[in-house]
Amino acid sequence: MKKLSKWSVFYLCLVFVVLYAPIFYLIFYSFNSGGTMHNFEDFTLDWYKELFHDSRLLIIVLNTIIIALLSAAISTIIGVLGAISISMMRKKSMRDSVLSLNNILIVSPDVIIGASFLIFFTILGIKLGFFSVLISHIAFSIPIVVIMVLPKLEEMSPTLVDAALDLGASGKEVLTKVIIPYISPGILAGFFMALTYSLDDFAVTFFVTGNGFTTLSVEIYSLARRGISLNINALSSLLFLLTLILVIGYYFITKRANKQMGVK
Amino acid sequence: MVLPMKNSKKWYIIPYYLWIALFVIAPLALIVYYSFFNIEGNLSLENYEKFFTSVYLFMTLNSFWYALLITLISLLIAYPTAYILTKTRHKQLWLLLIILPSWINLLLKAYAFIGIFGTYGVTNKTLEFLGIGKQQILFTDFSFLFVSVYIFIPFMILPIFNSLEKLNPSLVYASQDLGASSWTTFRKIIFPLTIDGVKSGCQAVFIPSLSLFMITRLIAGNRVITLGTAIEEHFLITQDWGMGSTIAVFLIIIMIIIMVLTGNRKRGV
Repeated sequence: MKKLSKWSVFYLCLVFVVLYAPIFYLIFYSFNSGGTMHNFEDFTLDWYKELFHDSRLLIIVLNTIIIALLSAAISTIIGVLGAISISMMRKKSMRDSVLSLNNILIVSPDVIIGASFLIFFTILGIKLGFFSVLISHIAFSIPIVVIMVLPKLEEMSPTLVDAALDLGASGKEVLTKVIIPYISPGILAGFFMALTYSLDDFAVTFFVTGNGFTTLSVEIYSLARRGISLNINALSSLLFLLTLILVIGYYFITKRANKQMGVK
Repeated sequence: MVLPMKNSKKWYIIPYYLWIALFVIAPLALIVYYSFFNIEGNLSLENYEKFFTSVYLFMTLNSFWYALLITLISLLIAYPTAYILTKTRHKQLWLLLIILPSWINLLLKAYAFIGIFGTYGVTNKTLEFLGIGKQQILFTDFSFLFVSVYIFIPFMILPIFNSLEKLNPSLVYASQDLGASSWTTFRKIIFPLTIDGVKSGCQAVFIPSLSLFMITRLIAGNRVITLGTAIEEHFLITQDWGMGSTIAVFLIIIMIIIMVLTGNRKRGV
């Protein structure tokens, strides 16, 4: 392999600096006692202290996490079952049409998902709040889980199922003892993706959240529209840490899962 | 894989198909249905007539123009980045590091730029230091394009990186052995063979940039109105759901056209 030219290294460094600068800029000023994002006066942890005493914000954080965990769990269950049913389809045309229906919510712009769900909930008379947000998050996470699980199902050899059936396993046993253990890395990946999608979502939540209920993204938006407050900076450094932990956790879990599969 | 199961035992697939019916088909149908109602709630084609007036057509064109610029700039920056990445030693790690910022909450990144581009922010400090003096950066086209590209670039790099990885290097060596310059090799070999990645990258950037609304509000200060901003305004501020749905219908149509244009035509190749 040729060594990278100086220009290439410089270019790549530049891209990385620009990508990470805003994030570290935020974190840096979260320690500023000056209260602005320009003059760094003194080092302080006041913004973090304030953050932990802000019970309203803590409730919002809790809400966001509950929504993320619940929606990821439920969408994983529905998505896995959906993926299994897709993989069992014999007709290719049928399969393709179900898959394209599945992918509609992945490619649709958030604004359209949000607006259409808003109409949907209003027509059904569902009150906007915790449940409408939860249901929306489940709805837009399901197709992602399906996409993550389906390749695993496809690489699974049908002889495994045949063998289990020959040995007298029932349909349910085949599902819980053969299929699900085999595709567990895909399920895990789907769960994590659903989790991050839910934590990250702003636009859809913004449409279906109503007045009483807020998630972190919506709260940051309304705070940011009012201008700069270093509470958000403190919050962002904590979120950055959380994201890092999630990514590293995900990396190791999938690595271990792959290794286990290799041993088998 | 075929599981021999009786139909009666297929209860487990119900939730998934219920989801397709309720959350994929029904909402889309509702959008189309609502687009035929004017603000008084009467059935009419008023919204469609309104859409073809100069105000809305100009807005659509404007939105298109910005989305095109964002996509082009992203592509110009992302392609070399992806190319260099494939040549690095720990490329998977570097790729992960490129994608990592896209997992940070979008709002926080936009918020960071309010500080960076602000009147007293670091950019203006630098400009003053260079003797150029303070500029209004926030709430301009420049800041809007910069932040949008910043947010979308990982989605452009990823597919291009993947298609570059699939490229057989012996094709590049062959071209070089046959005396092609690096530019010719790129133009005739590398780029055409990675066009699928470029297409899916453009798709992943263009469609969301048509529908951006949060960045336009925070960074562009309502100066830039995209289709997304218009939809949001009609749904949440003016409560004219019919008009909002009509714009959404056009956004969906545009989206389908783009997906067909950038779709992978693997069979032909």
